[in-house]
Amino acid sequence: MPKLQIIDKKDTRSGFGAGLSELGKNKPEVVALCADLTGSLKMDAFASAHPERFFQIGIAEANMMGIAAGLTIGGKIPFTGTFANFSTGRVYDQIRQSIAYSHKNVKICASHAGITLGEDGATHQILEDIGLMKMLPGMTVINTCDYNQTKAATLAIAEHHGPVYLRFGRPVVPNFIPADWKFEIGKALKLRQGKDVSIFATGHLVWEALLAADELEKQGIDAEIINIHTIKPLDKEAVIDSVRVTGCAVTAEEHQINGGLGDSIAQTLCMQLPRPIEMVGINDVFGESGTPEALMQKYGLNSQSIVEAAIRALARK
Amino acid sequence: MTELHDLENICQQVRRDILRMVHGAKSGHPGGSLGCTEFMVGLYFNLMNHQPQPFDMHGKGQDLFFLSNGHISPLFYSVLARSGYFNVEELKTFRQINSRLQGHPTTHEGLPGVRVASGSLGQGLSVALGAALSKKLNGDPNLVYVLCGDGEIQEGQIWEAAMYAGAKGVDNLIATIDHNGQQIDGSTEHVMPLGDIASKFSAFGWQTHILKNGNQIKDTLRVLGEAKQACGKGRPQLVVMHTEMGMGVDFMMGTHKWHGVAPNDEQLQKALNQIPETLGDY
Repeated sequence: MPKLQIIDKKDTRSGFGAGLSELGKNKPEVVALCADLTGSLKMDAFASAHPERFFQIGIAEANMMGIAAGLTIGGKIPFTGTFANFSTGRVYDQIRQSIAYSHKNVKICASHAGITLGEDGATHQILEDIGLMKMLPGMTVINTCDYNQTKAATLAIAEHHGPVYLRFGRPVVPNFIPADWKFEIGKALKLRQGKDVSIFATGHLVWEALLAADELEKQGIDAEIINIHTIKPLDKEAVIDSVRVTGCAVTAEEHQINGGLGDSIAQTLCMQLPRPIEMVGINDVFGESGTPEALMQKYGLNSQSIVEAAIRALARK
Repeated sequence: MTELHDLENICQQVRRDILRMVHGAKSGHPGGSLGCTEFMVGLYFNLMNHQPQPFDMHGKGQDLFFLSNGHISPLFYSVLARSGYFNVEELKTFRQINSRLQGHPTTHEGLPGVRVASGSLGQGLSVALGAALSKKLNGDPNLVYVLCGDGEIQEGQIWEAAMYAGAKGVDNLIATIDHNGQQIDGSTEHVMPLGDIASKFSAFGWQTHILKNGNQIKDTLRVLGEAKQACGKGRPQLVVMHTEMGMGVDFMMGTHKWHGVAPNDEQLQKALNQIPETLGDY
């Protein structure tokens, strides 16, 4: 399996913007809604190319979710865009009743997820959104790791019928998934084959997991890296197949351990293949202001933490 | 279009359905259901261009109705069944296990005529607004109707939607507010005074209409007809509809007590005696 290299550095939200623009050209049913964050969400290109299909809602996220649900009646495919905090917690009941329970084909696209939102601080750094969304029956939950994957996921969710939560972020990060890789919803992506420990990573922690694998290799540990971009539905088969070989697991995510990817993997392993598991994530605290890099360091969301977790997991085998 | 006399007969039968459904389920919301009967019968049997079968979720080429105050589901279900969306016999399954007639309306069980779940208040106006925008994109000249309760406008989302519809001139939308002045904890004056509803919406850019007696079918058709005529001219339409909660049953009127309480056997009989059967009970 060829080793992935950094292609360039870009923000994941720009991948969303590029994907949305492409959908604008190729899929007339796609419409977009934004709650006063068009620039932040990189929706400007779609908005200027298709003004009749772009709805500026103002600072009114609850109304945006309801309008999106209504737009599906008549066959539109609405993509809503705002920060992850305002895409989930703020509008949970609107999503629950008008979208999820009502089976509406709405794509909830959320930028600035997690602690890497940075300087704005904890009011805006939602770390609970994956948990909120994955609990809703029928909701697909996707957290992408780089520009190319975000763009591919944006295109893929337009072809999937049903509500989707697509989570991405603000900072410029390594772009390393080849642009021609097809995005398959619900299919885990093996990025590195290994036999000693399975590392399941999502979002911005995927690149960190690849760095951790290099470090572990130096220590004689052969890590398998699996990118879980679709947290729900979870590719349980891929999880079980990998851990059956390696015998232990590490999860890594920019989200609360409670309710996040770690929870989903642990539940799967507990029920089908109990093995030692260690989790890298936010441990039941709120974030704070700081640069994304400083915050990732302080809250242990980096390759070093993944290396340490892998060593702990191995020791428990 | 159904004649006035026939509409009155339908209203009478719908009221019997509401009482019998709520009695059968030993739960549900008779008060607001009885109060909005003329409105919904007027819409489905006279004003709306709609096709009950085969039911089309997208409703292209049809007028659409959304019930935002989902708790008056007994009325909604009776009118849907009586206008041909499903068999009236199914009304007996209301709120029972394995039924498509859930306590609050939902698309989840595939009941024809329902296009979105409602019950958690304040959401239907936004959904109707979205459906109205979808119609505009599709070049579909038909209209979107939505009903909200008066207590429901205490929810903030209503005003987000009101602001959008007024500011952006969504003129294929007719919202009606059932102004019966009652909510669960008492009168709206006691719980949270609503002020001048029409002036508030007017300030948000809506054209408003007052329906002084929403329990007179003739007046209801006239005022809703005026709202319909005013569509397409750059402004959303609002009808403030005065109704009596519990209308048609003397002991259910003039109080908030029957908002969400089912009659017992004796009360049901007493109520039905005041409303003779017209089209045959289910």
